[in-house]
Amino acid sequence: MFSASTEAAEVILKSGWFLENAFIIPIIPAVAFFLIIFFGKKMPMKGSEFGILSMFAALAMSLGAAYQWIQRVNGVSEETYVKPIIRSWTWWQNDGVSLGIGQHIDGLSITILVVVAFISSLVQIYSTEYLHGDRRYTHFFASLTLFSAGMLNMVVAENMIQLILGWELMGLCSFMLIGHWWEEGANSRAALKAFFTTRTGDIGLLVGTSVLFFAANDWTQKTLGVSGFSIRGLSAWALSGDPSSAAITVGAVALFIACIGKSGQFPLHTWLPDAMAGPTPVSSLLHSSTMVVAGVFLVARLYPVFYEGMNIYGNSVNFIVLIGGVTIVIAAALAFVQTDIKKVLAYSTVSQLGYMMMGLGAGAWLPAVFHIFTHAFFKACLFLGAGSISHSASHHSFDMKKDMGGLRKFMPITFSTWIVSTLALCGVFPFSGFFSKDEIIDNVGYAGYNFFMIVGLFGAFLTAAYMTRATYLTFFGEPRGAAAGEHHEDEHDAHASHDDHGHDAHDSHAAHDAHDDHASHGPRESGLIITVPLILLATLALSSGFLNAPAFGEKWENLKKWAEPRAEVVSVTGIAKPAGAHGETRIAAEKADGHHASPCGTETPVGGVCYAPQLKHAPFKWWKAGMSVGIVFLGMILSWLLSVQLYTRKNKKLVGLTERNKVLGAGYSFLANKYYLDTLYEKIIVRSIAHPISRGAYWFNQNVLDGIVNGAGTSTRKTAGWVYRNVDQKLVDGAVNGAGTSAENAGGALQPVQSGKVNQYGALLFGAAAIGALVLVIINF
Amino acid sequence: MLLNQFLMLGAVLFCIGVYGVIVRKNAVLVLMSIELILNSVNINLLAFSLRNGSPDGHTFALYVIAVAAAEVGVGLAMVLLMYRNRRSVGLDDLSEMKG
Repeated sequence: MFSASTEAAEVILKSGWFLENAFIIPIIPAVAFFLIIFFGKKMPMKGSEFGILSMFAALAMSLGAAYQWIQRVNGVSEETYVKPIIRSWTWWQNDGVSLGIGQHIDGLSITILVVVAFISSLVQIYSTEYLHGDRRYTHFFASLTLFSAGMLNMVVAENMIQLILGWELMGLCSFMLIGHWWEEGANSRAALKAFFTTRTGDIGLLVGTSVLFFAANDWTQKTLGVSGFSIRGLSAWALSGDPSSAAITVGAVALFIACIGKSGQFPLHTWLPDAMAGPTPVSSLLHSSTMVVAGVFLVARLYPVFYEGMNIYGNSVNFIVLIGGVTIVIAAALAFVQTDIKKVLAYSTVSQLGYMMMGLGAGAWLPAVFHIFTHAFFKACLFLGAGSISHSASHHSFDMKKDMGGLRKFMPITFSTWIVSTLALCGVFPFSGFFSKDEIIDNVGYAGYNFFMIVGLFGAFLTAAYMTRATYLTFFGEPRGAAAGEHHEDEHDAHASHDDHGHDAHDSHAAHDAHDDHASHGPRESGLIITVPLILLATLALSSGFLNAPAFGEKWENLKKWAEPRAEVVSVTGIAKPAGAHGETRIAAEKADGHHASPCGTETPVGGVCYAPQLKHAPFKWWKAGMSVGIVFLGMILSWLLSVQLYTRKNKKLVGLTERNKVLGAGYSFLANKYYLDTLYEKIIVRSIAHPISRGAYWFNQNVLDGIVNGAGTSTRKTAGWVYRNVDQKLVDGAVNGAGTSAENAGGALQPVQSGKVNQYGALLFGAAAIGALVLVIINF
Repeated sequence: MLLNQFLMLGAVLFCIGVYGVIVRKNAVLVLMSIELILNSVNINLLAFSLRNGSPDGHTFALYVIAVAAAEVGVGLAMVLLMYRNRRSVGLDDLSEMKG
């Protein structure tokens, strides 16, 4: 299979300023964060200009880097390993262990960089209108900017420590943003839940990183001259045949637990829907391009580790596929019982993340990464659309059943962008979701996971159905509640947790009243600051799929060419050169015979190292695509018919069925209670662990600590009494009085010496000096 | 070596100075006696400095001269004030500190 023909081909790779200096991209918003914090309140736009400008600068640099990366890839043949641009500086070092900080720029980072910078820019522009007049407007922009900085830093990270830095920065900022309106108890609870749930997973990140470091460090130092934290080193090590299966499996599983927490996979997905408590732009950013894709990104980034550790392409079902598949179905099912439009979208995100994970687990690396890319656009568009509705039409309510309906007439732009994004999410040809999601399902089947292919198709069916239900409730039928122009204060309080301006009531009453005024005029279209980002995102939701469309032949598979790491054996001498040297970097690539017969991932590489496993790609078949699109349409039609019967005609056989039929009722309450996972976590796990501990701690506190304290207090009082009587009164007072008396006597005795005669003082002085000198002389003899 | 002669000169000057400080009743003369003491010390410093061949003693003597100048300045100012208040520079008159 692999011939050891070691014809070293010297290939010159193009590079450029944007690629060499991509590490600046996360620094720009990080600097902007400090500018906003220190000077934001004094600026005319309250600091938002710093955030927006920094995101534009980051976007411009990302696009420049993307252009130069494409030049670099296009400059060489298909079989050449395209070396990532790696730069590293020593961050700190201690006893031989040195940590670097720098950049690792390849197709994957470029793809995500562009998405993050683009979505962040749009979300920041949108927020200037959406949060206009908010009490903590400046701080909101500061957190939003730092949030993007964290994600960008994670994407360019050169090693695991830098990646963890970005990862934790995002955790912190998501806490601040979800709890932006922390005066409401529910919001701060949601923020804490998000923080603690992701922290639970983060334990895995630290454990996994340490395990991999100690397992890989010797090999990477010896072979590549980099530390065991380096992403490049870990990738090569995983495929080198050096790691013991125990170490790499433990490392991969631990890291994947972190991804479960961060990317909202079953069973740690419960924080994501609650995170809707934050302002809508935050949900949009958090659910599309940052935070939740961090976990997926980590798997894609360290793919060789997961490939070897989880035994992808092996015969058995691996952990990642299983978790991904379970997540798709359970999250999609939950979306049916939600009345809050944002929660429908949240469960939809969880479900789509399940697709990405399932794809990665089944070896469909490229479709999964592509799904991150397309999903970011249409999900951001959907969230911003939901925000637009609540901002302008439903009086800050997100309740589809109470306050929406019939909005298509009032909000034509929001409606059309919503429809485009929904079709993209459902995977209808030729919208972008079709090209990514269908590829995932197809590749999962191709890799041999037939059961999970059916799960994926079933998920697509459910997606189409719940999105049709949400669309119907929001835009069709008769306007209800706030959407019909009703204005009721009690409702307003009920939705205070989602109320954008409710918390300003105390200090900016005027702005609040103004909003109440136009809300009572009935629904209308939002302003340009809100609709322009929607239109841009919808355009991309429609068109971004063509970036990698195998349906039209190989020429359309651009992302595959640009982003997928090539599984070639690379000689080590080529790597040992200082990374990031300016200008062209030379590599020596050894070709395996034949294009698709790379030994990477299947055999131990000879005479070099691999940085990526050889991936399989399912050939595109129109009948398969037709089948999945057919399933999607089936879901839409069924859901539409059911929605019409339920919500408009109020069919007596269907309405209230869950209350009459016990089996259905049980199913409904099972879903409505989110599979009782929250109950399990909060009532059972937390209580069973925390309550005995707290009870024990209380007992210990009452009996042992209080006993010690009380005993100490009593004995101290007794001791103090004795001390007062004996020591203080007799000894100390005696000593003081004695000192006084003796001083008086001594003073009386010495009184004659104080003659007041200067000469006598002089004589005494010299006499004393003479005696001192005499003593000195005698001692020295 | 002339060391002994130097040291003898220093000792004689010192003794004269101490005698002056103890016996004289005139404040100006006491100040002058103090100057003698300081200069006897200077002679000792120079003598040992020459003997050891190091410039430390010279340097130190220069410092002593500078300090002595300051001290005389302060001392004479005090004497002047004393004269202005009491029309006398006799030390016997200054016995307010008698215990």
